[in-house]
Amino acid sequence: MKNLIQGMAHAYAVDNLDTDRIIPGKYTKTLDMSALAAHVLEDLDPTFARTVKAGDLLVAGNNFGCGSSREQAPIAIKAAGVAVVIARSFARIFYRNAINIGLPVVEVEQHHIQPGDQLAVDLERGVVSNLTRNERYQATRMPQQMIDILQAGGLVEYLLKYGGYVDLGASDTSNTSKEAA
Amino acid sequence: MAQTISEKIISRHAGKTVSAGEIAIVNVDGVMATDATAPFAIKAFRAMHGKKLWDATRMSLIIDHASPAPNENVANLHKLMREFAAEMGCRLYDIGEGICHQLMVEDAHVKPGDLFLGADSHTPTYGALGAFAVGVGSTDLAATMLTGRTWLKVPKTIKITLNGQLPTGVTSKDLVLFLIKALGVEGANYQAVEFSGEALHSMTLASRMALANMSSEMGAKTGLVDMTGLALWYPFEPIFADADASYVRELTFDVSALRPQIAKPHSPENVVPIDDVLGQKIQYAFIGSCTNTRLEDLHAAAAVLRDKKIANGVRLIVTAASKRVFNEAMRDGTAAILSEAGASFITSGCGPCVGSHLGVPGNDEVVISSANRNFKGRMGNPNAHIYLASPAVVAAAALAGEIVDL
Repeated sequence: MKNLIQGMAHAYAVDNLDTDRIIPGKYTKTLDMSALAAHVLEDLDPTFARTVKAGDLLVAGNNFGCGSSREQAPIAIKAAGVAVVIARSFARIFYRNAINIGLPVVEVEQHHIQPGDQLAVDLERGVVSNLTRNERYQATRMPQQMIDILQAGGLVEYLLKYGGYVDLGASDTSNTSKEAA
Repeated sequence: MAQTISEKIISRHAGKTVSAGEIAIVNVDGVMATDATAPFAIKAFRAMHGKKLWDATRMSLIIDHASPAPNENVANLHKLMREFAAEMGCRLYDIGEGICHQLMVEDAHVKPGDLFLGADSHTPTYGALGAFAVGVGSTDLAATMLTGRTWLKVPKTIKITLNGQLPTGVTSKDLVLFLIKALGVEGANYQAVEFSGEALHSMTLASRMALANMSSEMGAKTGLVDMTGLALWYPFEPIFADADASYVRELTFDVSALRPQIAKPHSPENVVPIDDVLGQKIQYAFIGSCTNTRLEDLHAAAAVLRDKKIANGVRLIVTAASKRVFNEAMRDGTAAILSEAGASFITSGCGPCVGSHLGVPGNDEVVISSANRNFKGRMGNPNAHIYLASPAVVAAAALAGEIVDL
């Protein structure tokens, strides 16, 4: 997994962007990634699928990805070329699904990102730099288990690498880590 | 150390005592996936070099989301599921058997105290019988299909105490809509919810399931209903939270004056008392979904519709939670009452709720539904408007052509 990602923000000041608006249920019954990408965010912004370019970043508000457990939601976003999703908070199943398929998701509670801003994301340090506005935002730290899965490239790659879930031994009781999973 | 219900169940499955905030790797008692999630789970399982399931007796596949298949693409995904089940030796519920969550409970594939993963966001439904049940995506499920384990962060718990007794005609659906408004759709994100209090003690399993089911609309990881008064048809050992367990938040409500509640478009937290939307015209009424279409729900609708006809210009679609529920509704006359009133029955399954295959509303049409989500586009058309309500309120609206009090 690439640690430093730079790209242009597609920013939507929308909270509770649910999985039905990320990828409507009528399009989810497929294993074809490109068919999913073709309809991503269709009911929010019909132009998104046409205008998004590989390496762009998607930015939205609170509770991103609430609703269904459909993994087609992060798959559609990733297949459309989005390199990172930044939100003020994520719904729990979406958050886990995104990490599991190797789509980086970064929770940044405070930021001033606007559409078209150039961003640089340091996944390891959890820092988002807004190159357009010359600002830096701190992301919430992920639980170590998720960092391990993301660094492997996703849960499939993690299991192939480790052969199963690796017991961490010392549990992560840090209050700073995200209430994930 | 005092524990919540979640902490007790997770500790038993982690082989050590854990408390909120800790990461635990746990053994899983059962898994299920539907035609919306199983195809990607099977793909991920193969990518993990999966050759056999960790325990085929603990896995169910259910064809319920787009069932029967509306086109060849979906038909081929169903075929993939049937072939996988035959190869692996796991259970497969084919078209018409019913909705995944109803089947898991009816056939006791999930029991009190279990730790269960479902590749469907309404898996917390099983909290109605005291199981720690969590919705996951396809790849998480595939990892458990292979290893029998998963990892999770032990959730903090919100305790909701419900005092008093619900008035006649007010159901657990009204109660949960009211609570979603109180907490918000993100109000329990990453957390567990424990529902307790005297208002629940006499509640049926079906009503408890509707309550636990929509805890996912608060963002909850799981929703557990206090097991006081729970009646099941097999012996079980109830699990209760310790009296001095630690909660992140405690809320108490008296439910004895609760009015029927309605969620207006386009969010399940956009909830008002029915009085605020009386007279709202509707064209389409739907009684179905994993929330509210069990036998008691069909009985409630039949009580409203007996010897009456739905309004001109209104269509009423009903899908029973399972074939077993449908057959019981056939035997006791409920199905005939609904059909004679003008209802159209469709195959037991998710039906129009998820907008995958049939019963799509037209532009600007207004739907009243006993389901759980009214997101824009949910039923397949972003230009339709969905109101959520209890089955009796849906039936009454079908009769009047507009939202009316019971």
